[in-house]
Amino acid sequence: MEDPLNHSIDDPSSDNPLNQPSEHSRRKFLFKVSLLLNGAVGAVLAAPVLGYLFGPFFKRNASYNNWVSVGTLDRFPPGETRLGKYRNPMGTPADGQTRTLPCWVRHIAGNRFQVFAINCAHMDCPVHWFPQSELFMCPCHGGVYYQDGSVAAGPPPRGLYEYKYKIAGNQLLIWAGELPTLSTEASVAGPGCASCQG
Amino acid sequence: MPGIKEKGLALYRWLDRRLGFAKPVTEAAEHPIPANSASWWYVFGSAASVILMLQVVTGILLALVYTPTARDAWNSLNFLNHGLTLGWFLRALHGWGSDFMIAIVLIHMTQVFLFGAYKFPRELTWIVGVFLLLLTLGMAFTGQVLRFDQDAYWGLGIGASIMGRVPLIGAWLVHFMLGGPIIGATTFSRFFALHVFIIPGILIALVGVHVWMVLRLGINEWPMPGRLVRRSTYIQEYEAQTHQDGVPFVPDAAWKDVMFSAAILLAIMACAIFFGPIGPSGPPDPTIIQTAPKPDVAFLWIYAIFALAPPALETSLLLIAPVAVICVMLGLPLYAGEGEKHWSRRPVAVLMVCAIAVSLAILTSLGENPPWSPVMNAWSADPVQPKYLKDRTPLERRGAVVFQQMQCRNCHSLDGVGGKRGPELNRVATQMTESQLIRQVLQGSGNMPAYGSALSPQETTALVGFLETLNGNQMPARDLARPLAEGAPLAQPRQDGKQ
Repeated sequence: MEDPLNHSIDDPSSDNPLNQPSEHSRRKFLFKVSLLLNGAVGAVLAAPVLGYLFGPFFKRNASYNNWVSVGTLDRFPPGETRLGKYRNPMGTPADGQTRTLPCWVRHIAGNRFQVFAINCAHMDCPVHWFPQSELFMCPCHGGVYYQDGSVAAGPPPRGLYEYKYKIAGNQLLIWAGELPTLSTEASVAGPGCASCQG
Repeated sequence: MPGIKEKGLALYRWLDRRLGFAKPVTEAAEHPIPANSASWWYVFGSAASVILMLQVVTGILLALVYTPTARDAWNSLNFLNHGLTLGWFLRALHGWGSDFMIAIVLIHMTQVFLFGAYKFPRELTWIVGVFLLLLTLGMAFTGQVLRFDQDAYWGLGIGASIMGRVPLIGAWLVHFMLGGPIIGATTFSRFFALHVFIIPGILIALVGVHVWMVLRLGINEWPMPGRLVRRSTYIQEYEAQTHQDGVPFVPDAAWKDVMFSAAILLAIMACAIFFGPIGPSGPPDPTIIQTAPKPDVAFLWIYAIFALAPPALETSLLLIAPVAVICVMLGLPLYAGEGEKHWSRRPVAVLMVCAIAVSLAILTSLGENPPWSPVMNAWSADPVQPKYLKDRTPLERRGAVVFQQMQCRNCHSLDGVGGKRGPELNRVATQMTESQLIRQVLQGSGNMPAYGSALSPQETTALVGFLETLNGNQMPARDLARPLAEGAPLAQPRQDGKQ
């Protein structure tokens, strides 16, 4: 259906002799060339701008992560789960307080550890460890995890994200640097993964 | 004195000969509108633009002091609140202005919807309006991030986790949103640019387009039941109405707009004075995990939906529902561009407004005091009321200790005190038998974790003994089959709490 608005708006162009199709002047041709030229310059300008904007998209995951220390081994007694802190390997002083990040370190026994991301697998809220009930609880939507990081109750679609770890001297190192979400998972390591020890 | 007046007029003429504003501005101000549109119902749009001006001005004033870096933002907000004369008032104006703006934009949209103003020829005005609503919400979210406190930090995490649920490009979206792999300085700068340059730029431009179309197409006439909009005749009808029965916008209708805007500005100032600035809460230190992050009022309903939706549906709901809702809003004027405008003849429209308003109100009030969140310190902070301990055996009292120590209280309340995530346990003994309680505690189910490995047999016995006393002076639940199976007559409920 034709839009009646078309009739209600004065359109001066229809009877303007300058707009007749017969009018093909050099000036019009040059104007069209100038538009094309400007479009080409615009495209050349846009390429680096888009590269700047979307550059992070094309960076490989591995380049974000690095081995960082969560502290000396004696800070994590066997059989206990304690809060560890590490510095973002890509961090800068401009990050301020956000440069230091928490994680939960479970020292199972001997050289066997599990290092969990602080982020609940549901909505990335910070989970708390309760040693009495041996549960991680999330304050946001009530996700609960057992001590090995598996889901105990609530909405999380998977267990706690786990960092790969290795022991270097008396330091416990984890492979970290990326915020864990369902598509940027912290680690390929599953619970009790022996091969991930350093 | 006449000399000054003449000089003033001369200056005005000098300026206008060069600028040429007087004629178009006067024409726009005095354009005829239908007499019945000079109504108190038509004041919300202009009030929204006045609040936008307030936000721009207060935003610029705050930017004079605010330090836009992840490292210093929180400190500079505290300096604004406590160290600078009336800094708190400017922050409060900006914060409350944002809440008022969302409220007024929503009211404006509801009014426009109920008055059928989105119909021909104002379809595009509505569509631009939908984008203005989204941009307003975008301002609110990015503004919350610039209040760089604990809630802002974890709110970014929540946003990233939603992006992370998008199939295939989830990781890219997370990095794009955060400006890198993790929340930090670049994330902050990104949201600063969005809040201060990108979104306001688009917002102001689209407000211009929106107002231009209102002037060009004319304000919606007051709808009359039975007067249908037809594409073929509407323009002539509207023009006839404005020319025969029209009044100039200024002053006949504009005084109501101006008075309402003034009232809204006064209300924002009153809120700013009485309730003060919003936040900041704790510092954005991720290692301080004693926090229960919650979004600002405008987003509480989304927070509630996340919590209440069945987990299996969550991802699809998160990703599809917003797109669907936006498409429906954008498509509305194209689908229903003609026909009845009056609300009394559009029962489905009225019902929809009521249903949406009630849903949003319920979800927001639930989000305000969320029953689905465990109370993380209830186990150590909320006492077991004395009446539940009076005349109890040592075993039952030991059970009360286990009940607290095992964080049961974080999810279960007694007499309304404690978490609301799980059922209240005042009368649990009347609902579950002893063996059912043991099974529930040890194996858990649904939203309750299994405590089998965390509790010793003695602790389990004590805990269930305590739970068995919670019967609200009613007959406890009993397994009727058991005594029969054991060949004994029905026994009275045990009072000694022993196994």
